[in-house]
Parts: sequence; C-alpha cells; structure tokens
Amino acid sequence: MRVRFWGTRGSIPVALTSADIRDKIAVALMRAGGRSFGSIGEAYAYAEQHLDFSLSHTFGGHSACVELETGRDEYFVCDMGSGARPFGAHVLARQAGRPATVNVFMSHVHWDHIMGFPFFGPAYVTGTRIRIHGCHDVLEHAFRLQQAPPCFPVEFAQLSADIEFVRLTPGEAREICGIRVTPAAQMHSGDSFGYRFEAPGKSFVYTTDSEHKLENRAQTERFVRFFHEADLVVFDAMYSLADAISVKADWGHSSNIIGVELCQMARVKHLVLFHHEPAYDDSTIEGVLRETRRFEELTRGTQALQVSAAYDGLEIDV
Amino acid sequence: MPLAHKLYDTALVLAPAGRLDHDNCESFREDLAPHLERSAKDSSSIVLDLSGLEYVSSAGLRCFMLAAKQAKAQNIRIVIASMQPVVAEIFQIARFNLVFEAYPKVRDALAALSPAAAADFDRG
Repeated sequence: MRVRFWGTRGSIPVALTSADIRDKIAVALMRAGGRSFGSIGEAYAYAEQHLDFSLSHTFGGHSACVELETGRDEYFVCDMGSGARPFGAHVLARQAGRPATVNVFMSHVHWDHIMGFPFFGPAYVTGTRIRIHGCHDVLEHAFRLQQAPPCFPVEFAQLSADIEFVRLTPGEAREICGIRVTPAAQMHSGDSFGYRFEAPGKSFVYTTDSEHKLENRAQTERFVRFFHEADLVVFDAMYSLADAISVKADWGHSSNIIGVELCQMARVKHLVLFHHEPAYDDSTIEGVLRETRRFEELTRGTQALQVSAAYDGLEIDV
Repeated sequence: MPLAHKLYDTALVLAPAGRLDHDNCESFREDLAPHLERSAKDSSSIVLDLSGLEYVSSAGLRCFMLAAKQAKAQNIRIVIASMQPVVAEIFQIARFNLVFEAYPKVRDALAALSPAAAADFDRG
C-alpha cells in the first residue's frame, strides 16, 4: 500500500502569498551564507539537507484528498477536497487514455471535502467509472447540489463518467477490489465517518473531521479498537488540545495530543497529523509536528509511535 | 489522588500529586469541587502547586480546563506553580500555558495574588 496526499488542509484551501515566497527565499539565502552551488542538484541537496522543511517546502493548501494506492487496477481515494483536481490530473496522465475506475470514500459532505469534484478531470471522461462510497443519506444530493445553478457552470448530470453512489453502513466491513473497508461513525456536525482499509498484513485508517470527547470512555475505547495496530493513521489534529476542549469544543475537530494518546493505546505504528488549521503557516505546522514528536517521546510506553505531518505531495509506503 | 491543601491568608494552595489521567481524573474533579466552591464563597484565590504532579494526560488536562472555566465563571483567580519539567512541557504542547498563569514557585504565585498571602507563607 502507498498513501499519497493530494490535499491536507482543513476547512478551506490556502495558498502561499508572494510575501511568503519572498521571505522563504530571503531566509534561505541568508542561511546559505554566500555558499555557491555547481548544479541545480547541489542546490536541491542543500535545501533538503540543511534547511528546515517549512523554509524549503510548504505543507500546502489543498483541502482533504488522500489516495490509497493498493497495487490493484482501481483507484482508491478519501474525500474530494480541492486536492481532487491534481489527483484527477494524475489519474488521467497515468491512464494515458484508458478508462479508470475510481473508488471514492467520503468522510462527509461539508464543502471543503467535496469542492474538488467539479474539477476532477476523470469525471468528464466517457468510460470512467466513479463509485462514491459513504454513509450519509445526503451524499448524492450534496454532490449534485454543488454543481447546480447558479453555483457551477456544468451540472452534475452533464458529467460523462459513469457515476454511482454506494451507501455503506458504519461498522460493516465490505470487500472492494480486494481491500477490506470498514467505516466508523465519528463526532462532527452532520456526522462524519472514518475508514479502515485492510489488505493482507497491512492496515490504514483515515479519520478526519472527528472530535473526541475526553470524558466519553466508550467512544475512546471504540476508536482504540478502530485504530487497533494500524500501520498508518491519518488523524484530524487541527487544534491545540486547549482550544479543542474549550473555545472550539463541539466544532468537530481534534488535537495532536489526542491523536498520540489514541494511537499509543491502539499500538499504531505511524500517526500522520492532518486537516491543518488554515490560519497556520508552514513554520507553525512544523512547530506542532516537533512538539507532537516530543509529546510522543514523553509519553511513550513500550512501542514508539512514528509521527509525521501531512503535506500535499507526501507519499508514505505502508 | 491526594489533594493536600493549605490556606495562606486569602489564597488556598492545593497540591495534587502523582499521575493524573483517565483513571483518576473524575476523583480529582470531585476532590477539587468543594475547594472551588469555598473559594467562590470566601473570595479567595487558588494556587495549584504541581510540584508533586509527575504526569498529566489529556483527561487530566481536561480537569484543569474545567477548573479554569468554573473559576472564571465564579470570578476566582486560579494560577499554577512549581510544575515539574515534564508536566510543564505537556502544558506547553497542549497550549495550557495560555489558559493558566504559571509561576516557578508557590511563593511567586502567592506574591502575584496577594502580598498578605506571600507574607503568611513566609511566616511558615
């Protein structure tokens, strides 16, 4: 399995500004301290090895879209945020004219999770099969609604692909193209659903837009079972713990601290912080990652938990 | 969890000890409640002396958050003192440093709350 992140930002896409780029270049030049590079390769190597990720890269700004490459013919993708546009371009390039089958798994239908679909190229290609899986009864309605006039110039009915909506039931596993997929109900306005994907010896959990109430032991235990010994968990860590349980309580999101604790209890191997707060710049997200790794170290039991922060373009082999 | 307490003039010092996590956070809340009520009645302040607190989980932090909210609602000033380094780091990572005023020592916290409380502390 390979997990590829096309969109990692929470709530709304964000973009670096011209001032952000200028500042990154200026600081990088200062850090280089007059060093010269004989080739672009040397410059790349310097950027990779000597500069902070937040200076030489960006965590990116597309809203949620995460691909699971299974090694099978069909595509698997979680959510259709704005990252669905580059994901669609990737599918078209890879298929080179051959029709694709794309299995979409929807956490929920809030706008940031469906907004990329009208820009998902394969939807306009005859012969493409798109199966949109989800647990909401409003799933199809939401996809049609966002393309209805006056919101978008191309109505859903005009899309050329063969599009099917597949209703799943929380807690009930389903075998899809050789992958066992189990949805789980989550706490979010209008409900949301996480997904556990399992292939022989491998497991991946996608859990975003999910609030965890610390006082609810039954909910905690249910998620520990859902995450149980997963190789990789992509987790909504939008807020600090203090915010998540005070001013932003009931906003439907979680924190890095709760992500670490749940993953430690479930003996997960790798936690990926996801659904980054749109107000955070690259340096803030890198700081959150550094602190989360330190928290994991402080609270580690017998098994270490690897912690990463998702960014647009990140690929993780499971 | 033991919750030692001592009053210095109008400042009450409470000292939780050990680990505060899912297993004992509710009993800690129950132990804390009468002190918050009394402080509201007496218009006294509270110092949480965390020198004996070895570890706090998210569930334990929630208890502190609830105490802060209740104190704010009842116009009680509640501050923290003498955190062990690990607990101080956890507070920082969870951004609880933005919720509570924190002081290096109990004496510093008392001095910030009331000169009379600090003087009472100095008298032993």
